[in-house]
Amino acid sequence: MQFFFEILIGGLLSGVMYSLVALGFVLIYKASGVFNFAQGAMVYFAALSVVGCMEKGAPLWLALILAFFIMLLFGMATERFVLRKMVNQAPISLFMATIGLTFFVEGFAPLVWGHSVRGLDIGIVDEPIESILDSFGIVVSRFDLVAALIAGLLVTGLALFFQYTRVGRALRAVADDHQAALSIGIPLERIWAIVWGVAGFVALVAGMLWGARNGVQFALTFTALKALPVLILGGFTSVPGAIVGGLIIGASEKLAEVYIPPVMQSVFGGNFGGIEGWFPYVLALVFLLFRPEGLFGEKHIDRV
Amino acid sequence: MFYREAGQFKTSYGADQQILPIRQDRIGMVVLLAVAFLGVPLFASEYWFSAILIPFLIFALAALGLNILTGYAGQLSLGSAAFMAVGAYAAYNFQLRVEGMPILVSFLLGGVTAAGVGILFGLPSLRIKGFYLAVATLAAQFFIVWCLTKFPWLSNNSSSGVISAQKIIIFGHEFSTPQEKYLLVLGIVVVLALAAKNLVRGNVGRSWMAVRDMDVAAEVIGFRIMRTKLTAFAVSSFYCGVAGALYAFCYLGSVEPDGFSLELSFKILFMIIIGGVGSILGSFIGAAFILLLPVFLDVLLPAVSRVLSLPVDGASISHIQTMIFGALIMFFLIVEPHGLARLWQIAKEKLRLWPFPH
Repeated sequence: MQFFFEILIGGLLSGVMYSLVALGFVLIYKASGVFNFAQGAMVYFAALSVVGCMEKGAPLWLALILAFFIMLLFGMATERFVLRKMVNQAPISLFMATIGLTFFVEGFAPLVWGHSVRGLDIGIVDEPIESILDSFGIVVSRFDLVAALIAGLLVTGLALFFQYTRVGRALRAVADDHQAALSIGIPLERIWAIVWGVAGFVALVAGMLWGARNGVQFALTFTALKALPVLILGGFTSVPGAIVGGLIIGASEKLAEVYIPPVMQSVFGGNFGGIEGWFPYVLALVFLLFRPEGLFGEKHIDRV
Repeated sequence: MFYREAGQFKTSYGADQQILPIRQDRIGMVVLLAVAFLGVPLFASEYWFSAILIPFLIFALAALGLNILTGYAGQLSLGSAAFMAVGAYAAYNFQLRVEGMPILVSFLLGGVTAAGVGILFGLPSLRIKGFYLAVATLAAQFFIVWCLTKFPWLSNNSSSGVISAQKIIIFGHEFSTPQEKYLLVLGIVVVLALAAKNLVRGNVGRSWMAVRDMDVAAEVIGFRIMRTKLTAFAVSSFYCGVAGALYAFCYLGSVEPDGFSLELSFKILFMIIIGGVGSILGSFIGAAFILLLPVFLDVLLPAVSRVLSLPVDGASISHIQTMIFGALIMFFLIVEPHGLARLWQIAKEKLRLWPFPH
């Protein structure tokens, strides 16, 4: 039982990390209707920028600020050179354009900052918390806990931002209907730039945490692939959905990884590791068959 | 002047509905096929066959498959490489386990197996669409590749799932040289491309396009959505499956599951975006473009770096290639969403009017 809880908690905490990436997707989708496949590449780019600035001699805080501005510039450039020219195109074309953007960033980032694997020290140690270990006998990493805390703060902050500020209201208006928002005087271009800036910021936070845990390397781009099932489970438009989806995916994939292979092994023989690669997808797929709009997604009504 | 249809009268329904209604097109096609079947084998070198022509035809076939699903039926799929893998492994297993199975039949059965798997993963499309479906097809991508690695039976107990394709023997003749393999692949691709062309301009293709343009409206006017979507998945996966079988048997010889990665799926997607979504010709142009671009950049980039006297290492070149790929995709989507096939169409239109501007 203790083993079960240990896996469950580990899964939940890593799920928080997935949510963090999924959040970047949700933000852009909510505010512009673009499903940004490049979010994973942005996480990689942000983390590389931090490490790159630090290698040039900047302290961590300065590197963070610089990386934030780089992401901001990147978001604005994307809006200026790609999205602005694709207004009114089908969402699926925009999606394919962001796949193109992914490749562009995946080539551009290592070209600028180098592609070697680098560690990133943000001053939080990845070791079990002793008091929990002593009293419950469960290993909970301090790093995971801090990561979860940061993610929680970020989500709360963003939810408040969306709900109560002028800009947040404008963002929601744009997401509802570009043209209506434009016609009542909401500056669409500036709103999009802000959204991409915020998404860049979320990518930066995710990149810091993932980079500190696994090293800053190309594999960071795959965080996007981890976040996709989270998204379809939670619904594309829902910030809480990204969180709950992340927790469900994180916990279930770790449990599946531990408990399914032995069962399969006893049936078929052989080694069946690596289930976590596809389990979230199949889980999300099966879920979609019963509830196509995801957990918290809006029900879509088609009109002819 | 040379490309004009004036004076070519149609006197029967058959003549009016043929695939290439303009005589110049027909002549052009005959010349093209003659060059491909007779001219190329005479002049092309071994390198051209095995490094460029064979992969070009195979990827064109896979792109054709994806184009049927994405371009004609409007269901975005990111799992085409997985269906290629199914085709390759199924063909291998049919050859291995059925005594005296003709190789062409096992290619066909590889395609049929892929079609079956395609229908299975197409089922969610009845409930979900758009991005949700694109993500759902990723499930196929990861799950199938995982299965091929983990079930040793599928790869005849080879380590890490690598299979070595059997010899290609048709009517007692072994196809072993690149030239023979090229002709075999060309034959299969020509037949399947013709079949696809006929399919998309017929009843089935029209229902696909109706569903693509607006599925709710199509349903209201009486198209059977379920059947339409599932046939699209089946036919598309069939094409990908046959392409996969050819990929294993005629191109690489031995393949591993990880070769059919998400990267490959994206490559095929890029082919149809650049070539032209919803165009048979576009699949071929796109495949040629995507395959030739790296070859071209490999020559161009070092030359440019020498001229500018910038030292560029191999890693940077591959990064620049990735960047150029990405930039091209965005460029095409912005400037010419219908791809290179559309440019060809415009060129034909202009030729028809030439030398008058209107």
